[in-house]
Amino acid sequence: MFDYETLKIIWWLLVGVLLVGFAIMDGHDMGVGTLLPFVGRSDLERRVVINTVGPHWDGNQVWFITGGGAIFAAWPLVYATAFSGFYWAMLLVLWALFFRPVGFDYRSKINNSTWRSVWDWGLFIGGFVPPVIFGVAFGNLLQGVPFQFDAYLVSTYTGSFWQLLNPFALLAGVVSSAMITLQGGSYLAHRTEGVIQARAIKGAIGAAVVMVLAFVAAGLWLQSIEGYRITSVINPSGLPDPLNKTVVREAGAWMANYGRQPLLWVLPALGVLGALSAAFLLARRYTLSAFAASSLAVVGVIGTAGASMFPFVMPSSSMPSSSLTVWDSVSSHMTLGIMFWATMLFMPLIVIYTAWAYRVMRGKVTAAYVQEHDHAAY
Amino acid sequence: MISEQLVDLSRLQFAATAMYHFLFVPLTIGMVWLLVIMESVYVMTGNVVWKDMTRFWGKLFGINFALGVTTGITLEFQFGTNWAYYSHYVGDIFGAPLAIEGLMAFFLESTMIGLFFFGWDRLSKPQHLLVTVLMAVGTNLSALWILIANGWMQNPVGAEFSYQTMRMEMTDFWAVLFNPDAQAKFVHTVSAGYVTGAMFVMSISSWYLLKKRDLAFAKRSFRVAAAFGLASVLSVIVLGDESGYTVGEAQQTKLAAMEAMWETKPAPAGLTLVASINEAEQKNDWEIEVPWVMGLIGTRSISKEIPGIHDIKAKNRERIVNGMVAVTALEALRTHRDDVVAKQVFEQNKTDLGFGLLLKKYVVDVSQATPEMINKAVNDTVPRVTPMFWGFRIMVGLGFAMLALFGMAFYSTLKSNFMEKPWLLRAALWMLPAPWIACELGWFVAEYGRQPWSIYGVLPTHLSVSTLSVNSLYGSLAGFIGFYTVLLLVEMFLMVKFARMGPGSLGTGRYQSEGKSALAAAHV
Repeated sequence: MFDYETLKIIWWLLVGVLLVGFAIMDGHDMGVGTLLPFVGRSDLERRVVINTVGPHWDGNQVWFITGGGAIFAAWPLVYATAFSGFYWAMLLVLWALFFRPVGFDYRSKINNSTWRSVWDWGLFIGGFVPPVIFGVAFGNLLQGVPFQFDAYLVSTYTGSFWQLLNPFALLAGVVSSAMITLQGGSYLAHRTEGVIQARAIKGAIGAAVVMVLAFVAAGLWLQSIEGYRITSVINPSGLPDPLNKTVVREAGAWMANYGRQPLLWVLPALGVLGALSAAFLLARRYTLSAFAASSLAVVGVIGTAGASMFPFVMPSSSMPSSSLTVWDSVSSHMTLGIMFWATMLFMPLIVIYTAWAYRVMRGKVTAAYVQEHDHAAY
Repeated sequence: MISEQLVDLSRLQFAATAMYHFLFVPLTIGMVWLLVIMESVYVMTGNVVWKDMTRFWGKLFGINFALGVTTGITLEFQFGTNWAYYSHYVGDIFGAPLAIEGLMAFFLESTMIGLFFFGWDRLSKPQHLLVTVLMAVGTNLSALWILIANGWMQNPVGAEFSYQTMRMEMTDFWAVLFNPDAQAKFVHTVSAGYVTGAMFVMSISSWYLLKKRDLAFAKRSFRVAAAFGLASVLSVIVLGDESGYTVGEAQQTKLAAMEAMWETKPAPAGLTLVASINEAEQKNDWEIEVPWVMGLIGTRSISKEIPGIHDIKAKNRERIVNGMVAVTALEALRTHRDDVVAKQVFEQNKTDLGFGLLLKKYVVDVSQATPEMINKAVNDTVPRVTPMFWGFRIMVGLGFAMLALFGMAFYSTLKSNFMEKPWLLRAALWMLPAPWIACELGWFVAEYGRQPWSIYGVLPTHLSVSTLSVNSLYGSLAGFIGFYTVLLLVEMFLMVKFARMGPGSLGTGRYQSEGKSALAAAHV
């Protein structure tokens, strides 16, 4: 139905959609986790906070799982190279996420303040750590990662975990963490009232300011960072072969796409304006619109990173010609086609029943609700 | 060259995390249908005890489900973190069912479980039942897709190797989907889950009955579990036989090892009940055999032979020698893609490529392999017999013991006399661990029996690993074991606590265990 080149581009977009979906949906749960210790001062307040995401966090987490599965299916070389290269970063994400299912489900099953406070900090770790690491990972992708392939396409990562924590990557981690906190704060403001809502709004506005400053700073820094450029002729519909190209590193290369296609400036603008409008709307208690604006900021920020790097997905700093791009790290034509149709079939269904679940559980979560459902609520 | 220590540690980590995950999965798969049954009765009769049953067993289901989710996250990503070459080499086929599992099953299951717990007051009775049914469907569909992926590792159909992309590529999606190995595994595995769910509910109900607590609640739970368990255990055994049959076609090696069949026996082969296995001399010192049975199960005929280990190895030796030619030609092709001669040689021998790659464990340049290395590689092609033989037998033995238990339990529910049979209730209580042991052994036999391959006949396990340092593996393995041990202790603590509290933990005021539970909760 689609030719190979089109499918390769569609899958670049679809991976973007999955990442954005993850950041909007699981992102607001993680943002709530990040804010939990600060907006909930007593056990009852914390239970209110937790129960705003209680019925939904599990479904939302599947954006992460499915994102992993989709990258495996559509970009197997990226799945293999990135996750084994970022081994310890990936383990930190997994281990931080361990705290969430048990934290949510077990926390309120026992009425003991130490028990509950341990799980609350667990939920904080599960909400705070993953977005920071994802941001750091993107910061490293933008600079290139030291890995190379041999003739068998065995990838070897030659860096260390500590070298992932360089200044630019940490700045990207701040962008990501602030963005997710804003997302969680906007959601929390919409689902709570009174003092918890007031604290959530304060936290979210602070996060919006931090995010905008860090995002703009990272954008300015990006001008001087060495980006990557393919110097050989690429056959976009050819069989994927990551060793069959030449690549150079040069400062400012990540800005080239914006020069060629000025319309792309919409993306960074969306990142900044989305966050600022979210803060503005929150200050005026337009909580649902604020959540929408914050979600647009997510689209803008992730879109900016993707658009700057296109067609690169994972550039190699130690052997640039090993870099992975949308043209040469993909699955076969047949698999991309099958996965495209599977996504088209199931994604609308997922959106429909997720929306239904939120509709069923709509309304403010209050202290009265938690007390009334003492045995069933989280 | 890849160090053996790295391979062993990577395998250990995968085995530990996967087997740990499967402590929680079968209970989820099975119990979810018991919840559907209980809630259906509630919706049809309006009797509130059935609602309480759904909610109380649902609470225990939730405690178990949380760890199923926790440990499941690891598995979706561990192919990438620890089996990078595997992920590249077969991701084109293997990734698809994993992604579809997320899209089709995990989203449904995980969204509905939220409404299952939080939606009681917000949904009409039929709506809530629909949620429970959809949760069950999602859970079972996830088993389908992961077993399609696993079935392909055992019997890699519908795919072909491409030297240009240096990987396996999908040629026929429907063949992958309707792989007989995958289908047999799916029904066998979900049935085993149903048995686990039934055993769990029946055991704990028996405990209440022995303690004479919450009788109306416990009796109904016992009846449902006994009936569901009997149907499920019959299905496991009958469909387990079906997976024996497909194993016979696709993976004779596994069958030979499982049966400690060193020599090819004249058809129809007998079934060895027990044997004294002499691994060093590659023979059985003695064995007790039932004539004909193995031949019937393995080939569904009385004239087809089932090959023994020695004959399988002899055939594999030829394939390894051919494979050496294929590997050498492939390496020439990777250097010069337009090498016409190499291409021709490669195409002629590429069905044995995987067997040639087995030699990579011993030598980088496969064309330089010595006869001694070839001997070692040939020996590698059959897994160690003793663990296979006994693992399989304990699993089957437990299966028949559970058949006996569920048979008696079901019969006594028909006679309505199980309250007068404390020995039966006690047996049900003590048999609680049986389905878990059987499930874990089943996976052990299936996956250890696939060695030395990660994809049978295609990709050796040895080549599949990520190029990580041994220290990284020690670190991550220690982390997983530490985390999982703590989590398991917490889970067991809560599970025992709430099982002891019984339906009183719902706080409905309808159960005799109520007062005690409130007190217990306040003092922990």
